[in-house]
Amino acid sequence: MDPGSNQPSYSVSDLDRKARFVVLFLIFSGVFWLLFGTLLALFASLKMHLPDWLGTAGWLTFGRVRPLHLNTMVYGWASLTGAGVSLWMLSRLLKAPIMLRGYIVLAGVVWNIALLLGSIQILAGFSRGIEWLEFPVATMVAIVLCVIIISVSVLLMLINRRVKQLYVSVWYLIAAFLWFPLLGLVSSLPIFDTPTVQAGMNWWYAHNALGLWFTPVGLAAAYYFIPKVLGRPIYSYGLSLLGFWGLALFYNWNGFHHLIGGPVPTWFVTISISASVMMVIPVVVVAVNHHMTVVGSFRAVVNSPTLRFVVFAAMSYTFVSLQGAAQALRSFNEVIHFTHFVVAHAHIGMYAFVTMMLFGACYYIIPRVTMREWHSKGLIKWHFWLTAIGIIIYAGALQGIGVFQGFAMNDPEVPFTDTVTMTIPYLVARSVSGFLMTAGHLIFAWLMFRMVYRPGEQPASPLVWNKIREEFAS
Amino acid sequence: MMRNTILLFGIIATFAIAMFGLTILPKMFIDKAVKEPDYYTPFEVTEGHRIFVREGCIYCHSKQVRAEGFGADFERGWGRASVATDYRNLLPHNLGTMRTGPDLANIGARQPGRDWHYLNLYQPRAINEHSIMPPFSWLFEVVSEDARPGDEGLRLPEAYRIPGMKVLPTDEAHSLVAYLISLDQQTAGVD
Ligand code: HEC
Repeated sequence: MDPGSNQPSYSVSDLDRKARFVVLFLIFSGVFWLLFGTLLALFASLKMHLPDWLGTAGWLTFGRVRPLHLNTMVYGWASLTGAGVSLWMLSRLLKAPIMLRGYIVLAGVVWNIALLLGSIQILAGFSRGIEWLEFPVATMVAIVLCVIIISVSVLLMLINRRVKQLYVSVWYLIAAFLWFPLLGLVSSLPIFDTPTVQAGMNWWYAHNALGLWFTPVGLAAAYYFIPKVLGRPIYSYGLSLLGFWGLALFYNWNGFHHLIGGPVPTWFVTISISASVMMVIPVVVVAVNHHMTVVGSFRAVVNSPTLRFVVFAAMSYTFVSLQGAAQALRSFNEVIHFTHFVVAHAHIGMYAFVTMMLFGACYYIIPRVTMREWHSKGLIKWHFWLTAIGIIIYAGALQGIGVFQGFAMNDPEVPFTDTVTMTIPYLVARSVSGFLMTAGHLIFAWLMFRMVYRPGEQPASPLVWNKIREEFAS
Repeated sequence: MMRNTILLFGIIATFAIAMFGLTILPKMFIDKAVKEPDYYTPFEVTEGHRIFVREGCIYCHSKQVRAEGFGADFERGWGRASVATDYRNLLPHNLGTMRTGPDLANIGARQPGRDWHYLNLYQPRAINEHSIMPPFSWLFEVVSEDARPGDEGLRLPEAYRIPGMKVLPTDEAHSLVAYLISLDQQTAGVD
């Protein structure tokens, strides 16, 4: 399914061998932040219904743990792992080795240090205080510069490619690696110096971080792995084209639907609502394209660990995007804005779609770059069911009660306290789902660890330090 | 080659146009109106705003009232619809997205009592046993009953009292409460 090429000067195993160290480094860094972010998630979730638990520790208060959970998951887990997965896919799709590997490893080290520093800063109370952008500006700029190094590598790979046609995944990945650094840089500019303007920038950024960074990486993975594992081409080139340009045109404009009813000129909000509804087009187009590719091969979905995760994620993407379009409508937004419904919506996006997609990608990539088999098939199944059931409980509980919370809040007869107490059982259910997902992550981390650590077996790659020297030399 | 040029151009153009539309254009429309008024914001209030940001109050309290007829913000007594000049140009913006607790855009008018706020910050369940707001005890100091005569300390319910001790707000608590009380739609904007 790779676009055809006449002069393959690199074999697949050549490419994977060259990709090995840098891809493993990025993905394993991501897994570390996944575990760290999961711990923070548990703290935040438990503290919502047990407010006095660890209540005297300022650095662990809900208002610091919750934003750090978001930032470590977004800029740690999903971005680092997403970058590793993207580089590997590009290397395969462009039939070119990953460029600047030594510099990417260096950038990865700096990136991890920035995350560590940013984490300390938020817990110590130096948050920037803007949702999705809580890391102080200097820390954020450091991360963006690291991404830019990877973006340069991506463009060099594009120039060095050994294929003529660019497959749809490549379009998405090139877009992602151009959009995300631009987003990060613009959001760090000091020109947004009045509150409501900053709020506009805030939601333009936050929505686009999902729409222009994680979504293209996730969709690129879906477009890559579904046909790859099934061994058949994607259903329609035309639909791929429509889906891509639809996303580029409409997703960019969605941000202001987070400010419906807020103190900003209404017509900005209306533009975003229209663009959000227009998103139905690329979403349905992509869904049809994927569905028509899979149709008739559902057995493979059950049997392949990669496909199981990837198809779950692709379906979640369709669901969460259609839901998002509905949420942007004023009548629906009036009810669910400011409730737990939106929190769950964000998790369907970042977890059921992005995170599950990355899990699926890892199950395909890691054996190929380490040249080893997964340690246990059973554990992969456990990983899938724990995380899938976990996120379904999460979304079901919070979106269910979120609607009622919204109606109660819009009924002035209901005392405010009742809108709090009615949610408690569902907040407890969320914590339970959190423990399920945590168990899944621990299993995943163990499986990953076993891929690189097998005592008694000859190491497949030289020691880390030699490897880094080698990367710079090449 | 042509196709790849279109691809790269399209990627940058779609981004740049929307970036202009949703960040620069709002700036051109809004900045003029809010930058002109001369806000008199005492140091205590800016300091309180900093602590509000530090403790992440915004993850449970929005600070934007929706207009009458859209939701029940008005009927709940949270105030009139917020406008850009309400925010005194304090950064970062605190519009918020969540109402685990009530909107705070007009809390100064609704709850002008300093002592009430101290108690709510030290132990929210001393006021409302169903509240799930976190306690912010590090904004307070616990001293012996005999220390600092004249300062009675928080009037805590029996369950939260510490025998032989009293609880006094620190300067940080003073600032935070000054900020909360400044959140009054009557006096926001130009003083
Ligand atoms: C975990 C969520 C949470 C956080 C974080 C939080 N609060 Fe609250 N807050 C609540 C809840 C819930 C209530 C209302 C309780 C009720 O009425 O049942 C409340 C009530 C209040 C009230 C009273 C509002 C009114 O209309 O009577 C004030 C004032 C307040 N909080 C200030 C703060 C400040 C200041 C901070 C940060 C230092 C903060 N809160 C952090 C959840 C939170």
